[in-house]
Amino acid sequence: MEALVASAVGIMTAAGIFLILRRRTFPVILGLSLITYAVNVFLFATGRLALDAPAVLNKYEDVPYTDPLPQALVLTAIVISFGMTAVIVMIALSAYLSSKDDHIDMTAQDCVDGAGEDA
Amino acid sequence: MNHWIVAPIVLPAILAPFIIMVLRYHLDLQRIFSVAGAVALLGIALTITAQAAGGDILVYELGDWPAPFGIVLVLDRLSAMMVLLTALLALPIVLYAIASGWDDRGKHFHALFHFQLMGVCGAFLTGDAFNLFVFFEVLLIASYGLMTHGGGSVRLKAGVQYVAYNLLGSTLFLFALGTLYAVTGTLNMADLAVRVAEIPPEDTALLRVGAVLLLLVFCIKAAVLPLHFWLPASYANAPLPVAALFAIMTKVGAYSILRVDTLIFGPDVAVTHGLVGDWLQPAALLTLAVGAIGILGTQHIARMVAFCAIASMGTLLIAISLFTETSTAAALYYIFHSTLATALLFLVADLVMTRRGGAIAPTAPMAQSGLISALFFVGAIALAGMPPLSGFIGKLLVLDAARDAPDANAIWAVILIGSFVTIVGLARAGTLIFWKSHDAQHNPLPEVEDDEETPALPAPEPNPGLAFTAIFGTVLGLVMLTLFAGPALTYAGKTAEQLFTPENYISAVLGGEE
Repeated sequence: MEALVASAVGIMTAAGIFLILRRRTFPVILGLSLITYAVNVFLFATGRLALDAPAVLNKYEDVPYTDPLPQALVLTAIVISFGMTAVIVMIALSAYLSSKDDHIDMTAQDCVDGAGEDA
Repeated sequence: MNHWIVAPIVLPAILAPFIIMVLRYHLDLQRIFSVAGAVALLGIALTITAQAAGGDILVYELGDWPAPFGIVLVLDRLSAMMVLLTALLALPIVLYAIASGWDDRGKHFHALFHFQLMGVCGAFLTGDAFNLFVFFEVLLIASYGLMTHGGGSVRLKAGVQYVAYNLLGSTLFLFALGTLYAVTGTLNMADLAVRVAEIPPEDTALLRVGAVLLLLVFCIKAAVLPLHFWLPASYANAPLPVAALFAIMTKVGAYSILRVDTLIFGPDVAVTHGLVGDWLQPAALLTLAVGAIGILGTQHIARMVAFCAIASMGTLLIAISLFTETSTAAALYYIFHSTLATALLFLVADLVMTRRGGAIAPTAPMAQSGLISALFFVGAIALAGMPPLSGFIGKLLVLDAARDAPDANAIWAVILIGSFVTIVGLARAGTLIFWKSHDAQHNPLPEVEDDEETPALPAPEPNPGLAFTAIFGTVLGLVMLTLFAGPALTYAGKTAEQLFTPENYISAVLGGEE
């Protein structure tokens, strides 16, 4: 179980980093999504792994429970990363549509006459 | 409980949606409410600074949940000072954005502006590490909108880079928080400080990983050297009034380093003893060096000011990385100064760019050239740290604080040579833009003819009077900071003293009542 979760986090992070280092925006965004998945799983694991345990304390008998706080953190992290991914997709789309080019790096031309010329 | 503490967050949080939903199609009303909001924020900031100046650490329990379980906002001298700085910066920038017509070049400028203020104030006030992450995201998502405000393909491309870089930074932040939570079982900063001090030294490998990850995240925000790549392209391509507001964002990174590495991983904590300062200091020295070289080397005024921001972060972080009371007091004075000075230069750069484009090369003289060059001169003096203005006092304080440090020679050399290179770079830019332009009129160069034939530049701002008033507001801030350097420094000294006695912070947060 631990090995499974750990390797899942590791492989997803590695794949994400590989994709982030690509030159076009689409793989970069995919890579960012993979890394956010990895961090979500990682956050779950910070409350220790427990199977079939409720996230609430039982007042009447001593049963195993799992830490509820990481679940709340993961929920927040999922919402935020989802929103951020949507934002970067929109910005990347409009950058692609306005420049007909989805390279993530600035071209030499952009750097020469770009730098803040007003729209 | 004292409800003033939550006011700097609640005010923009109500105002921004109000502007979006009710005043959507009324730019004039948006402007009125936005300026009123900035003035009100300044009032609130002054009030809470007065409350914090006494030295009490005030705690606000959100939802009335007691400290380690609920989220708390904590008001001490440092957070009050930073909120005040944010409010002081916001007012001239919003006035300038209105005067220059920048807020009319895209939608929702004012709403995003206030969301950004909400995130910044929240980050300064929160006493909970995960809540700090959330406020970072609030200020970042607003900054994505502001950064791409007005559109244009180059700006959008720079925006994609900026968002991607910061998204990666946020992920790293979550990894750091997860690691810390796994070791300590808490994310409340005061509680973290207690737990970290209790952990036996042989079990702290993970904790050190968490501390370094957290430092890395804040260094990304603060644009410390190996992690600074996002800054020049983003700031230079953002609308320049927005870049002026972003001057406070790098300071959020510096604030977080200061807060976390005095409170949680303080200088006395055995686990991370020396870890932060030893890594941060060379990085800060390099940051200053690269910033200064960038100022000298760049061909574009907006990029030049962006490198000024990097250089001033270098100086600031040198002071922070010493982790002594005097150096921290110097850093706090310098934070105030460098934020205002960077914002001033960004606004002046915007005046220049709307009139003649941003290239650092002679062109035909522009309108109001004399006034603008005088303002550029003031900003350059302030940033380079030459005598009449507060930059000189700030740099002097940093140098003085570094005198007893083990690497004092290196620090002095880098700061002094860096300042010299900065002066040369700014003087070169000023000469080429403001003085050579008058020569070019009599003796036009071939490339100047080309520039004159491209009428693509937008018209100068619709309301130059207000624009200059706004810029003079930041100049006034710098002058006041120079004139009242004594009281400001006393406050900074007391703040540093408070930071280096974290016991008071911890007992105020975890102590329970009020």
